Amino acid sequence: MPGSLHRVLFVDLARHRSWVEHREDLFSERLGGAGVAIELLHEHCPEGCDPLAPENPIVLAVGPLTSLYPLASKTVAMFKSPHTGNLGESHCGGRSAMALRLAGYGAMVIVGRSPTPVYLSVDADGVRFRDARTLWGMSSSLTAGRVMLEREGGVGHRTVLRIGPAGENLVTYAGVTVETYRHFGRLGMGAVMGSKHLKGVVIAGNGDLPVADHGAYQKTYRDLYTRAVRSPAMRKYYELGTPENLGPLSAMGALPVRNLQATGYGEEPPLEGEALAREHLGRRLACSHCPTACIHLAALREPHPEAPYFYKTTFVSYDYEPLYALGTMLGVERPQDALHLLDAVEHLGLDAMSAGVVLAWATEAFERGLLDVEETGGLRPTWGDAGVFGAMLERIAHRASRLYTLLGEGVDAAAAEYGGIDYALSFGRLEMPGYHTGPGAHLTHLTGARHSHLDSAGYSLDQKDMKAGQSRSPEELARALLTEEAYRQVLSSLVICFFARGLYDADTCVACLSAAEKDRPWDELMALGEDILRRKFAFKTREGFDFDALRIPARALETPTPLGVGGDAAAGRVRGRTPACLRRAVFGDLRDSFPDNLGWGNPSNTRCAC
Amino acid sequence: MGKRLRVVDVERCVDCLLCAFACARRFGGGGLAKSAIAVRSVGGMERGFVVVVCRACEDPPCLAVCPVEAIRNVEVGVRVDPERCIGCGMCVEACAIGAVQWDTAERKPVICVHCGLCAQFCPHGVLAHEEV
Repeated sequence: MPGSLHRVLFVDLARHRSWVEHREDLFSERLGGAGVAIELLHEHCPEGCDPLAPENPIVLAVGPLTSLYPLASKTVAMFKSPHTGNLGESHCGGRSAMALRLAGYGAMVIVGRSPTPVYLSVDADGVRFRDARTLWGMSSSLTAGRVMLEREGGVGHRTVLRIGPAGENLVTYAGVTVETYRHFGRLGMGAVMGSKHLKGVVIAGNGDLPVADHGAYQKTYRDLYTRAVRSPAMRKYYELGTPENLGPLSAMGALPVRNLQATGYGEEPPLEGEALAREHLGRRLACSHCPTACIHLAALREPHPEAPYFYKTTFVSYDYEPLYALGTMLGVERPQDALHLLDAVEHLGLDAMSAGVVLAWATEAFERGLLDVEETGGLRPTWGDAGVFGAMLERIAHRASRLYTLLGEGVDAAAAEYGGIDYALSFGRLEMPGYHTGPGAHLTHLTGARHSHLDSAGYSLDQKDMKAGQSRSPEELARALLTEEAYRQVLSSLVICFFARGLYDADTCVACLSAAEKDRPWDELMALGEDILRRKFAFKTREGFDFDALRIPARALETPTPLGVGGDAAAGRVRGRTPACLRRAVFGDLRDSFPDNLGWGNPSNTRCAC
Repeated sequence: MGKRLRVVDVERCVDCLLCAFACARRFGGGGLAKSAIAVRSVGGMERGFVVVVCRACEDPPCLAVCPVEAIRNVEVGVRVDPERCIGCGMCVEACAIGAVQWDTAERKPVICVHCGLCAQFCPHGVLAHEEV
């Protein structure tokens, strides 16, 4: 195997030791990224371990295409999630993937808990443990990141991962901020870092990467680049960025508004991509080695709350999902207000999506009298009141009271204590993404290995079906979603940004790998993708994943989607049904597709009342 | 005359580094160790970037300080003779804009040869390869 991809950097925070293990076997069999990370998680995460215990590893992995091809720009993180108590997986771009690979590593495994707060400085020579006691407790993750970069100096291309107060205080959906504007956002990697007393990781890399076939590499690269800059598939990310989706989702009635009490606006929805770009877009950025530059920064100019003629201009990165969660979901319709909340979660180090859905639940619960001002500490959440939401985020990050502690563990935890489970919008304990498109979306959120809309993109299938005026049987739907999720395991093992899935078709993946490393036929890659998915479910099952315990929030079934109520477009067979019924539909297909099943039990034993 | 590389519209730079990766591919492989072009933020990414590349000086300080005459003038810019170079790094110090990069593994300077490959792979029109 050429190069250094097979080098796995281990860090033991308890003993402040690090070492490198050579795992040619692993990378040769499982490619890299998700394929390698799930194996390292199986190896190093003890069964049943507390996600916030020192034993829970944080695994970072890149792949054979990282830093070799455009849009191969992501790092995969895996850990046991403190938010769901099960598989934690999150992907992040920025400079993270480039820095890790050019520092000479294919993966990194961090275990243990440091006696005192530290940050890590990583480069080709290894790891240095830096005292972070002075950084612990800082109000902003951004300041901490800047200090670490300034202190490290150094040569090469650098990435900086760090947590904010939410991660230090073990909010179970605390994220990790990377390069200020990118994130390992979902499922609580920030809390796992906090539990390890790990404030941040700076990685500097500047190496070169040998390839197997120089001529083929140059040609494949040039072809791919040409398609990347000309492809209409990339244009939407290129111009307006992901907020371009907001208008169309609103128009079709799939945009969650006010805790999914509504699904869109009239003619001109607020926070729509074109208007945001016109009024607020201040700069665009790219992840390393990506020509698309989908990172959109708004220039937010705000007056000082008291002193006249003092202003500050903050740059806030905006994307569709945070705008949905901290905007429409909360009835926050002024762009400045939504951007203000996006900026707040950046400083605090919270996952924007879970934070928004949690606040939406709290607002409705307050409206319905389940929460009172005594519990909220005098705050009165109402739709659109960004000032109150900002104050609540601060209290969540600091676990200021019993209510805010539970809000810091997600809608399931809060609803278990206060009620309101019917409108606690989570799937597999993870707060919902901004797609209420139909049964495909709901099934993705339920059955995806990380309960993310990106697992199998049911929202996309729903929209295709809508346009084509067609419907699928539950079995057809399940098959399509599983095929998509398996294909995405290949992408996230290579590791390709999912936004580039339109470019990285079968032939492209095979050609890129062949020039870089070795020939692998597509059939082999897809079989591997299926197996990686199986390995993820083996982990999930080991950690207690139970399909019968999954819940579809009543609100999600009652609120009409563009494809009907409760997803009845799936041949009318999913309307109002329970997870048990969905389980039968999904599992029936899984049994065919995945011979040695994923351990979800025998579908014939499942009785469905509907 | 030959062609020279120029930074023509730095406001459109998004820090994708495709220029730097293109430069390194001149030697066949990937990575950035042998890239002669550098992109740096101006005090935080939100403030924008500078693209640092050889300006093809008329009287190049890098050449002047080289103690072993390993750097020579060519039609546009300079060339480094790696056989002669002793890896002292004085050329790096001499360049006021920091355009002499350093290959840490080889312990040799990397200086732009104005081939224009990076401009071909700049997706946003930041770089141009122009007649001198």
